[in-house]
Amino acid sequence: MKFSLAWLRDHLETTASVEEIADTLNAIGIEVEAIEDPAQKLAGFRVAKVLTAEPHPDADKLHVLSVDAGDGQPLQVVCGAPNARAGMLGVLGLPGAVVPANGMELRKSSIRGVESNGMMCSVRELELGEEHDGIIELPEDAPVGSSFADYRGSEPVLDVAITPNRPDCMGVYGIARDLAAAGLGALKPIVVESQPGTFPCPIEIRTDDPHGCPAFFGRVIRGVSNGPSPDWMQERLKSAGQRPISALVDITNYLMLAYGRPAHAYDLARLSGAMVARKARDGEQVLALNEKEYTLDSSMTVIADDEGPHDIGGIMGGEHSGCDENTTDVLLEIAYFDPEKIASTGRKLNLTSDARQRFERGVDPAFLETGIDLLTQLIRTICGGEVSELVRAGAPPSQPRIVHYRPVMAETLGGIAVPEVEQKRILGILGFEAVGETAELEQAWAVTVPGWRPDIDGAADIVEEVIRIHGLDKVESVALPRADGVALPTATPQQKLERRVRRAAAARGMHEAVTWSFLPESEATAFADEQNALWILANPISEDMKAMRPSLVPGLLSAARRNLDRGANGLRLFEVGRRYLRGEEGASDERPTLAVVLAGERQARGWATGKAVAYDAFDAKAEALAILGEAGAPVANLQVMGEAGPQFHPGQSATLRLGPKNVLARFGMLHPTMLRAFDIEVPVAVAEIYLDSIPAKKGRETFARAPYAPSSLQSVTRDFAFLVPRDLPAGDLLKAVRGADKANIVSVRLFDDFRGAGVPDDGKSLAVEVTLQPGEASYRDEDLKAIAGRITAAAGKLGATLRG
Amino acid sequence: MDYTATGRDALLRIAEAADLDAVEALRIEFLGKQGSISLLLKTLGKMTPDERQAEGPKIHGLRQSVTDAIAARKSALENAVLEARLASEKIDLTLPAPEATIGSVHPVSQVMDELAEIFADMGFAVATGPEIEDDWHNFTALNMPESHPARAMHDTFYFADKGAEGREMLLRTHTSPVQIRSMIEQGAPLRVIAPGRVYRSDSDATHTPMFHQVEGLVIDKGIHLGHLKWTLETFLKAFFERDDIVLRLRPSYFPFTEPSVEVDVGYTVIDGKRVVGGGGNVPDGGWMEVLGSGMVNRRVIEFGGLDPDQWQGFAFGTGVDRLAMLKYGMDDLRAFFDGDERWLSHYGFSALDVPTLSGGVGTPA
Repeated sequence: MKFSLAWLRDHLETTASVEEIADTLNAIGIEVEAIEDPAQKLAGFRVAKVLTAEPHPDADKLHVLSVDAGDGQPLQVVCGAPNARAGMLGVLGLPGAVVPANGMELRKSSIRGVESNGMMCSVRELELGEEHDGIIELPEDAPVGSSFADYRGSEPVLDVAITPNRPDCMGVYGIARDLAAAGLGALKPIVVESQPGTFPCPIEIRTDDPHGCPAFFGRVIRGVSNGPSPDWMQERLKSAGQRPISALVDITNYLMLAYGRPAHAYDLARLSGAMVARKARDGEQVLALNEKEYTLDSSMTVIADDEGPHDIGGIMGGEHSGCDENTTDVLLEIAYFDPEKIASTGRKLNLTSDARQRFERGVDPAFLETGIDLLTQLIRTICGGEVSELVRAGAPPSQPRIVHYRPVMAETLGGIAVPEVEQKRILGILGFEAVGETAELEQAWAVTVPGWRPDIDGAADIVEEVIRIHGLDKVESVALPRADGVALPTATPQQKLERRVRRAAAARGMHEAVTWSFLPESEATAFADEQNALWILANPISEDMKAMRPSLVPGLLSAARRNLDRGANGLRLFEVGRRYLRGEEGASDERPTLAVVLAGERQARGWATGKAVAYDAFDAKAEALAILGEAGAPVANLQVMGEAGPQFHPGQSATLRLGPKNVLARFGMLHPTMLRAFDIEVPVAVAEIYLDSIPAKKGRETFARAPYAPSSLQSVTRDFAFLVPRDLPAGDLLKAVRGADKANIVSVRLFDDFRGAGVPDDGKSLAVEVTLQPGEASYRDEDLKAIAGRITAAAGKLGATLRG
Repeated sequence: MDYTATGRDALLRIAEAADLDAVEALRIEFLGKQGSISLLLKTLGKMTPDERQAEGPKIHGLRQSVTDAIAARKSALENAVLEARLASEKIDLTLPAPEATIGSVHPVSQVMDELAEIFADMGFAVATGPEIEDDWHNFTALNMPESHPARAMHDTFYFADKGAEGREMLLRTHTSPVQIRSMIEQGAPLRVIAPGRVYRSDSDATHTPMFHQVEGLVIDKGIHLGHLKWTLETFLKAFFERDDIVLRLRPSYFPFTEPSVEVDVGYTVIDGKRVVGGGGNVPDGGWMEVLGSGMVNRRVIEFGGLDPDQWQGFAFGTGVDRLAMLKYGMDDLRAFFDGDERWLSHYGFSALDVPTLSGGVGTPA
């Protein structure tokens, strides 16, 4: 909300400077977002007199002026305005001044070969209005050489943010009241006289919707003349950023901005029959002042005559019944609308307005009569006319609200001990009435809440009033009690797991990315599980951010593509985050996940390594296993199985499972059609690790490891080359060999997979190196022979024969 | 007999031997079975004891000196061969070594780890909650009933789906619903922080539809604004690793706290950048809003299943991305979510930069 210092001084007797006022506003909870100081904006602009005006030698439309800016020495200025002429007074911008409208700094220049020492300005250039037909013309008595800002008498304007709990501060008067409480001056009382009517109100006024509009007060003023409003009012409205329209419209706007009280003025000539506050009919339409047509329903309240609605009650007036320059008889409406209904109507119609903001936050229900008297008084003074009797249809809520408050709470909740006398003083100026013993800290006061403070509903609110005015800077830091000893660990196993795998992945040379949780629906669908419907936003910010991700891979693929587009050849990205699935009872099921995308070159071409090498499925497998290992998964027991999903190359992808059902990870090369969908032209290996599927460690955590002493005996290695059927998975052979003699075999490494000469077409040769560790005594030949026999036998069950 | 000349001659020839073959030939000539010195040794057997007494040492001396000379010459020649081979094996060590890729931890994760470390020391655990929330947890239980104007100010993303009890499903607009969940699940007393992703339907140069917040909540007996101020001061001092953190509290409004307090921190402009520290009311100084906070509204405590006459406390919230930017100097929020490898390498952290209190939670540039 914006208002000028002059406006504030209408309501607050103060000598404080604008800086003091701004500091105080900030300190009491009214945040000053900007101080617009026209004097500052107009620095460097002076009242100046045009002495001579000659045509420019090289340009038809330009004049060369000689201007007196008060320095004695006339200045030469080139000017293009049609009204520039000798003898006139205008506004000259000197070199160094900044033109408010465009931020351009003026300098001495040459225009078509003629030196120019400044600029004669238009109204628009100085942001004083829209006019731009010529340069500003000042009256003859304007003092030449004086600062234009001083001459104009511009007042600084404060732009403040009003929090939604303070409808009373959506009027300058309310702000003045807060400042008065903070000791910055005295609040001037509202000067209003009761306005007796001289004739009965000629139009029936009533409310048929006592819930939506419990009170509707109105009166007619006839014989008004609706010209422009007076300068003082226009200045104030302009400082608030409002465009003056006509006296009647300006007066209602003024009431709203000065006192936070919306009201409405109808042209009586355009109404027919009774004016009634009633529920709208379903489908009823109204053309509002913003020239938009709104379709209403029966949950909304309108003010209507026999013809139909003229006002979306408390939100916006109708286009057809507003006042204009021909209005002679005016109907004033000041009503009380239910805040919740205003909010829901505004939401449904997606219509915001100054009136809605005030009504939905809550206006003072006791201000109807004062409000309409203020309006009447202003209209009579400015527009003349004859006043009818006031009609009061219905009654606003009038239940006094009383809060029980113990003054000690300023300290026990607010952290500042404020003397009770001071507390009573603060509350008093803010309009609260606190009744209770001042000497008794613990005893509750009964605090009556003023009507303009709908936000107050408990003792904590009173604490806030007291301490914000007393000064939050007086809150002293008090240490939280601390438990004995060093701080205890707080991280959950899940948190520790995520931290660990994140750093493991980074340590393996991958960059952690953070990508959007939402995806284009097509990408989400491509990675969705058929059993699990996607979460689709009803109001996405764009189609690209519409579906919650069922996988972390698409987001990383898009990031990879952006990097590739920027010229990267190889990429290693990972992300730790959630997949969003469906849970029970309509809740979400958000699964912690780590995904890896390896795109393009694993190894760039090198002097020692030759051509570039692309990532393959084994790179993805390596990452998956390494991360699962760090996560504490029993890597040695994992089975490599199929069904990684249709997003993957069917022959170059797999899942890692613990038992047939529990999938801990999937990995492999991405399907070429998927690459095409993401516009990626290099091979991409992917791993996705389901952190939620990793079984938790069983039993209590202990620090001591299982006992172990390395054997002093030398280990023995033996190589075995097996001929096996070509479709036998190597992993099966390794598993069989490993299991052949668990007491002796400590490791089995596959070192050759050969197909070709000497090997049958339907077979392959797999060679493994087996490491044996003797326990009590070194191996004898017969021991080794027996172990070899067990290995060969175990492999034989898979159809493997020793290669001769 | 005098063997001096024989010896001198032999040593000379050995010294002149050009290669290992020549040395071997000389060894055979002198010391082989039929070698001249071997034959001399054999003559000893036929001598009288007196002669042997006189000749023995001389012949043995001759043999020893020749043996030594051959060994020395052999070793010298072998060394020369090795040197020659090594000289031929010279490589250009200015060539690049094999490259290992270097990974990084995202600044948001790093800062969240820093927060967890600092707050753990003050007895706060880390709590989490769903990002797809229902409107009861996100609004109603935080004292924002359906008609509340603040609801509209949240730019909420909604789903068409309905949750339990027909509640509207939405993307949480703040981490505050975790307050409610923590109170319901853990009761009181309670000290938690809740970092995580939050969503607002807002996108421009300084806003992204997804960002990160951290929430703090203390519920206990006798907790007041002074404790809140101390906690935030202590946190910011530890986070920025500066003793000169000055806070300015301003009254504000949040439906879930009463009184509500906006917290500004003083900064100084150094080389065109805001550096946190010092009071804001100095030349080149200023205040910037860093946290929203307040004493938990008693209705919120009730919604959390606790008795507000028995328990009170404070809550605060701030942007994690923003904290990261203030501390580590990034100036574009959008870059956080782009996954640009160059940005990640520049602003990301080594896996080894694990925040610890003993080492300082921050990682210097």
